[in-house]
Amino acid sequence: MVIMDQPQGSLAGAAKAEMRPSPVSAPEPAGETIVRIENLTIRYGDFSAVKNVSLDVYRNQATALIGPSGCGKSTLLRAINRMNDFVPNCQVDGRIVVRGRSIYDPGCDPVDLRRHIGMVFQKPNPFPKSIYRNVSWGAKINGYRGDMDALVEQCLRRAGLWEEVKDKLKQVALNLSGGQQQRLCIARALALQPDVLLMDEPCSALDPIATARIEDLIDQLKTDYTVVLVTHNMQQAARVSDRTAFLYMGELIEVEDTHVLFTHPRHPRTQAYITGRFG
Amino acid sequence: MRRHLRNLLERGIGVAMLICALLSVATTAGIILTLVGQSVPFFRAVPLGEFFAGRKWAPLFEPPRYGLLPLICGTFLITVGALLVAVPIGVSAALFLSECAPRRLRDVLKPVLEILAGVPSVVYGFFALTFLTPNVIAKLVPSTPIFNAASAAIVVGIMIIPTICSLSDDAFRAVPRSLREAGFALSATRFEVAGRIVLPGAASGVVAAILLAVGRAIGETMAVTIAAGIKPTLTLNPFESVQTMTAFIAEVSEGDVEAGTMASHCLFAVGLVLFAITLGVNLVARWFSRRFREVYE
Ligand SMILES: Nc1ncnc2c1ncn2[C@@H]1O[C@H](COP(=O)(O)OP(=O)(O)OP(=O)(O)O)[C@@H](O)[C@H]1O
Ligand SMILES: [Mg+2]
Repeated sequence: MVIMDQPQGSLAGAAKAEMRPSPVSAPEPAGETIVRIENLTIRYGDFSAVKNVSLDVYRNQATALIGPSGCGKSTLLRAINRMNDFVPNCQVDGRIVVRGRSIYDPGCDPVDLRRHIGMVFQKPNPFPKSIYRNVSWGAKINGYRGDMDALVEQCLRRAGLWEEVKDKLKQVALNLSGGQQQRLCIARALALQPDVLLMDEPCSALDPIATARIEDLIDQLKTDYTVVLVTHNMQQAARVSDRTAFLYMGELIEVEDTHVLFTHPRHPRTQAYITGRFG
Repeated sequence: MRRHLRNLLERGIGVAMLICALLSVATTAGIILTLVGQSVPFFRAVPLGEFFAGRKWAPLFEPPRYGLLPLICGTFLITVGALLVAVPIGVSAALFLSECAPRRLRDVLKPVLEILAGVPSVVYGFFALTFLTPNVIAKLVPSTPIFNAASAAIVVGIMIIPTICSLSDDAFRAVPRSLREAGFALSATRFEVAGRIVLPGAASGVVAAILLAVGRAIGETMAVTIAAGIKPTLTLNPFESVQTMTAFIAEVSEGDVEAGTMASHCLFAVGLVLFAITLGVNLVARWFSRRFREVYE
């Protein structure tokens, strides 16, 4: 197993203050609800992909969303940073409250919201730019005025990629391996100093070793960030998450501490899914 | 038996298609051969130095002067002017269409653009001559002659906007959605995604689109003959009459040149140069668009 870089401690604080001023900034104590989903229903046209889901995401925890394909995990996840805004016929009802602010209120600016809620996608999608510029991109457009070199290094270290790329920061990111690209995408998201990191099956395009590295990484990220993770891999959910939510056909069947859910599921559907009898 | 018939048919169609392909290749080859063959006597009589470096073009006068520079200059002036008009408008319109326009608006605008491409170039020529020059250009620069490069450049620019816009739009839409999503997820605005991800991501495709449009602008004949005039002038001032290579060819072919005369050989020589330039531009454009296709694979 590869030795991970030591966690570098939170980048919050000084660096953060230099970004565009933000209405959401008062820190909350650990263990608080950071994202509260209330009676959320999401429709594509007439089809309800998410049905009346209520779910709390706690600060500094990894929350896993599991469930059979098509049950609405991605849709729910993308609602948290309003990425569904770009889907033409997608309609959201209910509320999502992020640190006290309802994000679907007319007054809430989704661009500002996404500064606090980063996202890592299923397939690594680095920009066709250099490694350095991939990481600096988000910070730059958001008006980061600090030491960019330092920020890039910190984020790459945090994502466990620094040692592998420190001598080729100017090379185009598309030459990296899939696992490296995914860690680069994580570093890129970290450069914005988000509070919450949304990850939609971040390992599904990766081999077991690259997957193990990302899982280690998620584990470390929890000290400074909050992670919401969609995964098809039950072992992965069990390994890295603190809480697990099981969705089935758009409904939230059960949400529980991960070890409880996997050892004593309350609902027979959950039981059937985690023991591999369907899905 | 049936199977046999089908095989025969298959082969027949194959042969027919091969003949068609060969025919088009043969036509092209024929054109090139004619161009070269017919201009050989010209290049025998006129030294290359005079042809390419001479500053005066008067092939039909006595004594004839065969300096191509004024024609090249006229073509260059109008092409550059047309690009100044068409590139900013065409590229930003394409960026708007692919990144900002709601789908319904897009469904209306795209066909309109294609109609613009279908307007015959005579119409553009007369629009330049009878509207642009007297009502716009003469007002801004009063000393401008009725035939001038500026009006021709503007209408040629309008003519190539659809090419640039439509091909750039294709290039923009070839930028993977996942990259746009990556940008949005990093708190970029629509404008930032369009300008900093989509535009650079499609840069080589846009360059290819522009080059193809350059090819069209260089080859455009009717509008420039009508609007820019037929007076070969070595100038970079757009408010003068100029003649392009195509306009010269049109002018001379309209009069009765007898085959085998120097005037006719001269015509083919200019045609050959024009062909070489457009071929070069198109080759570079193709090279660019091939590169652009490989970017995301
Ligand atoms: N843009 C869309 N338009 C219409 N229907 C959609 C759209 N996106 C998703 N859906 C539908 O919504 C439902 C939930 O999709 P979603 O992508 O959230 O599922 P998922 O749980 O992430 O599945 P998977 O595990 O396969 O990724 C599916 O039935 C899907 O067909
Ligand atoms: Mg999904």
